[in-house]
Amino acid sequence: MSAETLARIQFAFTIGYHFIFVPISIGLGVQLVLTERRFYKSGLAIDRATSEMWKKIFAATFAIGVATGISMEFAFGANWANYSRFVGDIFGAPLAAEGLIAFFLESTFLGVLLFGRSRVSKRLYYASAWIVAVGAHLSALWIIIANSWMQTPAGYVMSDKPGAVPRLDSFWAAIFNPSTFPRYFHTVASTWAAGGFVVASICAWYLLKGEHKWMVRRTIGPALAVALLASLAMPLLGHWSAVEVGDNQPVKMAAFEGVWEDEAGAPMYLLGWTNENEEYTSGIKIPKLLSLLLYNDPNATVKGLADVPKADRPPGELTFQSYHLMVAVGMLMILIAGLALILHLRGRLETSRWLLWPLVASVFLPFIAIMAGWAAAEVGRQPWIVQDLMRTGEAISPVVSTKELLVSLALFGLIYLILFIAWARIVHGIVKKGPVLEQSELPAQASRRHPVAATSEEV
Amino acid sequence: MDLQWVWYVLIGVLFVGYAILDGFDLGIGVLYPFLGRSRNERAVLRSAIGPIWDGNEVWLITAGGALFAAFPIAYAFAFSGFYLAIMLALFGLILRAVSLEFRHRDEKWGTVWDLGFFVGSLLPALLFGVAVGNIVRGVPMEVVVPKVPGAGLDYAGSFLELLNPYALLCGVLGLSMFVMQGAAWAAVKSESDLHERTVKVRSYAQIAFVALLAATTVATWFVVEEHVTNNLSRFFGWVAIVALIAGLCLGRLGMMRGNDAGTFFGTSLSVLGLVGLWGAGAYPSMILERAGDTLGAGVTVEHSSSHLTLKVMLIIAVIFVPLVLAYTVYVYKTFWGRVKTESPEY
Repeated sequence: MSAETLARIQFAFTIGYHFIFVPISIGLGVQLVLTERRFYKSGLAIDRATSEMWKKIFAATFAIGVATGISMEFAFGANWANYSRFVGDIFGAPLAAEGLIAFFLESTFLGVLLFGRSRVSKRLYYASAWIVAVGAHLSALWIIIANSWMQTPAGYVMSDKPGAVPRLDSFWAAIFNPSTFPRYFHTVASTWAAGGFVVASICAWYLLKGEHKWMVRRTIGPALAVALLASLAMPLLGHWSAVEVGDNQPVKMAAFEGVWEDEAGAPMYLLGWTNENEEYTSGIKIPKLLSLLLYNDPNATVKGLADVPKADRPPGELTFQSYHLMVAVGMLMILIAGLALILHLRGRLETSRWLLWPLVASVFLPFIAIMAGWAAAEVGRQPWIVQDLMRTGEAISPVVSTKELLVSLALFGLIYLILFIAWARIVHGIVKKGPVLEQSELPAQASRRHPVAATSEEV
Repeated sequence: MDLQWVWYVLIGVLFVGYAILDGFDLGIGVLYPFLGRSRNERAVLRSAIGPIWDGNEVWLITAGGALFAAFPIAYAFAFSGFYLAIMLALFGLILRAVSLEFRHRDEKWGTVWDLGFFVGSLLPALLFGVAVGNIVRGVPMEVVVPKVPGAGLDYAGSFLELLNPYALLCGVLGLSMFVMQGAAWAAVKSESDLHERTVKVRSYAQIAFVALLAATTVATWFVVEEHVTNNLSRFFGWVAIVALIAGLCLGRLGMMRGNDAGTFFGTSLSVLGLVGLWGAGAYPSMILERAGDTLGAGVTVEHSSSHLTLKVMLIIAVIFVPLVLAYTVYVYKTFWGRVKTESPEY
């Protein structure tokens, strides 16, 4: 295998793995703000216990997210040295800003959130849940800024001389490049949905087992509401993002929908496959929808892939399928969260076991959609690492051998596998134990019976 | 104002912050299996850094980002050139972070996480010094990327060449520095038996640090004489020398008086001095070319990002570094005090 392929596999694997934990950190951080707010207002021990449980899951997830994030920070220099030399004038700044503006804030106050309950005032403790969440959202902003510049580079000047590199011309134009905001809000909404589904799924599990009902009743409603609102926002934000991609990365858009010839009144596929050799797409389609959505005109012409030189096309089928998988799973998320919320509001969710099982399993949905969405966005940009400026093949480290790449990839695989098993075990253990009240918080007669059950009766 | 110089210093500040703060995290990780004799003692050692290690590690993440932003050529050269060494350090940092956080939630795999915490701390604690030793000593370079003028330099040696005696000496010096720093923090946070043993280790670690520092200074004189003469002829070289000596003396004084916080201040000052010696002696070189080779001056501060990028970044740093320092101090004050051996927080 070529060095380029190995470097790409390694980046895809490590960033994909990292991004399992990032949405939980951001999305569960939002849920933590909600549960801490409830405790701040009610002062009830059960609200505290609930929050403590989510916090344990959050802490385990955050640790693995930070650890796998450090290797991303250095992956550019290690595996993509030519890329780093090429984009250094622009791409490095958002990474440094992320550290200074966001990540310090998040990590420092996480210490307060995890260990400071008895050391700071109630108000400051609640505030630190907010600060951690705000820090996480700022972190995401700077990372998306950096990634968006690779999609739609802006705010730079570049001479025609061979070996010239893009130089920063306008900081604001570079960071608020055309794709920054649509992609940022799309990404953030996906993490909110992930957080909501994680909490709702665990609550549904408790309902099936008949455990911790008192806690579920206080938690599942807000979680489902966030999951549903975020899932509903996804198609709208996705639409915004798609229109932007249609404007600025038309080749990627054509690959998303498998458009080959320039087509007036292009359809949108619900399901389908695209044949890269014979250059056609077939499947179940809605006529004219793509043209309508992209250009507000059912007969507008959508540019196709056929005019693009073969060397400049992204992998068609992979892009098409990732994109459609994301959309389909997103729809399923709306359906499940919507049904569950309606039943919950009517007080029938606890007895609707037919929905509880899918709700438990639904925790995987946002992650599938997120991975598929990232795959579509990144594979769809190929063969460019920076759209129209640098090819991925030119970006690798000249001095890193395939052997070294293989060894590091194998070690990443092994270590990350072990860590994943450990993380899953720990989260499973936390969920199994459930929210626990400390001895001193139990009502007098409760300690004689099952403590949690006793408390739930009183509440 | 010369922005390249400013950013050279600012990245130095980030390195100093990392070496002082995550330095004691790494040091405690290295000392962990030796100092923590019982379950509770090990829990005390973990609790000593539990609420703050996350923030400490951000110094490294920010330093990496700042290096990328301000000096992308040095960033690309070092991380791709020292590939396997960097990967080992990274795997160490990953293991360290996860082990520390998972250890107290996972009794069944306790031994695995104890080992992971130790190994994961030892690897970077040793390798950081090895890397510094190499870039101070000079490494073989070749022109691989003619596309980027004046900056297409790449590392031309092998992994094993990085493990030369001088670099290894620097690695051990770095390790002793982290251990000294770890013991000094552990002494601030522990009590009774554990505290007594920690105080002893702290004293030995400082003696070892001084001995290795002397040996490294002599070795540097022979290997890269210029580095030493630079320090002796520059204002900032003398600032570093004074900080180093003052830090060592203050540390010793603190130990003799049984003042743990004072000792920690002293060891931290000596860490600042040592990183300062590296920076003041090397300037304007960032990665030196091996002695005798003639491709040019190696990677220097001249290979920086544009004036505009440096200016924008400086504005961000001027606003946010003081803010970061303010809330870091606040959180350290919040968690000030010794961890009880009977009831460590973990």
